[in-house]
Amino acid sequence: MSLTIGVLAIQGDVHENITSTKTALEELGVEGTVVGVKTAEAISKLDGLIIPGGESTTIGQLSLVNSSLKIIKEKIERGIPVLGICAGMIMLSKTANDRVVGKTDQPLLDLLDIKLERNSFGRQKESFEADISMNSINIPKFNGVFIRAPSVSDVGSGVEVLAKFNEKIVAVKKGNIIGVAFHPELTKDVSLHKYFVNLIKKSKN
Amino acid sequence: MLPLSGERIDAKGIIKDKSDSGNILRGTSTLKRGFAHMLKNGVVMDVTTVEQAQIAEEAGAVSVMVLDKLPSDVRKAGGVARTASIRIIEDIMDSVTIPVMAKCRIGHVYEAKVLEETNVDMIDESEVLTPADENHHIWKWDFTTPFVNGARSLSEALRRIEEGAAMIRTKGEPGTGNVAEAVTHIKKVNDELRSIKAIYDSGDNQDLVRMAREFKVSYDLVEETAKLGRLPVVNFAAGGIATPADAAYLMSLGCDGIFVGSGIFNANDAKERARAIVLATTFWNESEKVKEAQKMIDERQSMLGLDVKTLELRMQERGSSA
Repeated sequence: MSLTIGVLAIQGDVHENITSTKTALEELGVEGTVVGVKTAEAISKLDGLIIPGGESTTIGQLSLVNSSLKIIKEKIERGIPVLGICAGMIMLSKTANDRVVGKTDQPLLDLLDIKLERNSFGRQKESFEADISMNSINIPKFNGVFIRAPSVSDVGSGVEVLAKFNEKIVAVKKGNIIGVAFHPELTKDVSLHKYFVNLIKKSKN
Repeated sequence: MLPLSGERIDAKGIIKDKSDSGNILRGTSTLKRGFAHMLKNGVVMDVTTVEQAQIAEEAGAVSVMVLDKLPSDVRKAGGVARTASIRIIEDIMDSVTIPVMAKCRIGHVYEAKVLEETNVDMIDESEVLTPADENHHIWKWDFTTPFVNGARSLSEALRRIEEGAAMIRTKGEPGTGNVAEAVTHIKKVNDELRSIKAIYDSGDNQDLVRMAREFKVSYDLVEETAKLGRLPVVNFAAGGIATPADAAYLMSLGCDGIFVGSGIFNANDAKERARAIVLATTFWNESEKVKEAQKMIDERQSMLGLDVKTLELRMQERGSSA
């Protein structure tokens, strides 16, 4: 069995996620291909999807243009695992508010019942690195790279909190949907990508 | 993970702090270069007002760059071009959710400090403004805020990275609406990268040392860049981009994204053009979509443009020798 894992290649740090996922596959000894995907056709063939970091307003608007947004939503609702990173987590959420500007009117997937605050830790100067723990998925220590990161202020029923930093929720999971506010693809440690690959493997079995 | 070639872990701009959940670091190379990575495949638009910034955000820009005047108006106005009004920068920061950048003069440490205090997301040490120091650029490692610098050759790009730039863009020739210089610069950088990669692959260390001397940067940075076969930071195209086809062409040459200066807001169809340039940048490798984007604009509304050969002021030469 070979897995097909896609990284949404509309905008953002697509390449870094492809590299981290390939490393994760190698380290796990799992067979699979990792591809950047843009079109509805390519997305429909996937066993798992990463929505990378970038600008959520840009990714949202442009994935509306070629109707990839619709197919992504259908695929996730049918159960393929998805990892939303920073902008990707924003994309997965129901509503997004900006800390300064307020409610944003941007296209979202509305799959995770979470209350999300964009730019929650401040602007770029306040971006930070710190260790976080995701004990429930056996990653006790992980270098969190937070870049103009969002956070989750409240979760709906069935949404599990994976990690908090300074009382703010920074990683969540609901079934096969994972959202993280930090950037695992910017660090050497691929343990979160490995966890995600295993989730895809399980869901395909 | 990110290439961290040339990073200085003792840089003054790195802030160590404690919080309830443990130690935190700000201003590291991962955070600065990582920020630029989030802009990849996107368009950064020059703006001078809140209204323009909002048009840019709605069009799908990944960031806006605040200036006092658009580059082509800087050219017309003459005199000394300085950093934009802080009040306008702050108003723009309060009205859009995307990152806000601003330009400071080459070598002007205190314009940069003022921009850092203002909390802009990235500082462009830019040849569009009048240089404050012909011999030195800013030592960017002293800042927590990331910097982007222009370059028209590999040696210039590496010198800027050695000074702490977290992102590079081609210089092109700003304010001309003429893409020729940006094309020349990206091709030159690519050619030079290919040749140092070939030297690295051949194992000829002596030749790499010669390149480091020629480039006036450290051997380590040349070696690591040669090994990567690309710049260790994100590289955007800038200077003279005016149409969707311009943007798509530069993306096809291997640029990571696009800066548009005067091309949008000095055109008479700014709103459509902003959107069209974003579409062409995203879907640059699908000719049909680039054509659709190009169809959204009207060439009769494009900025007039200038032939680079006739220019009295070549902004690209500013700061190049340092």
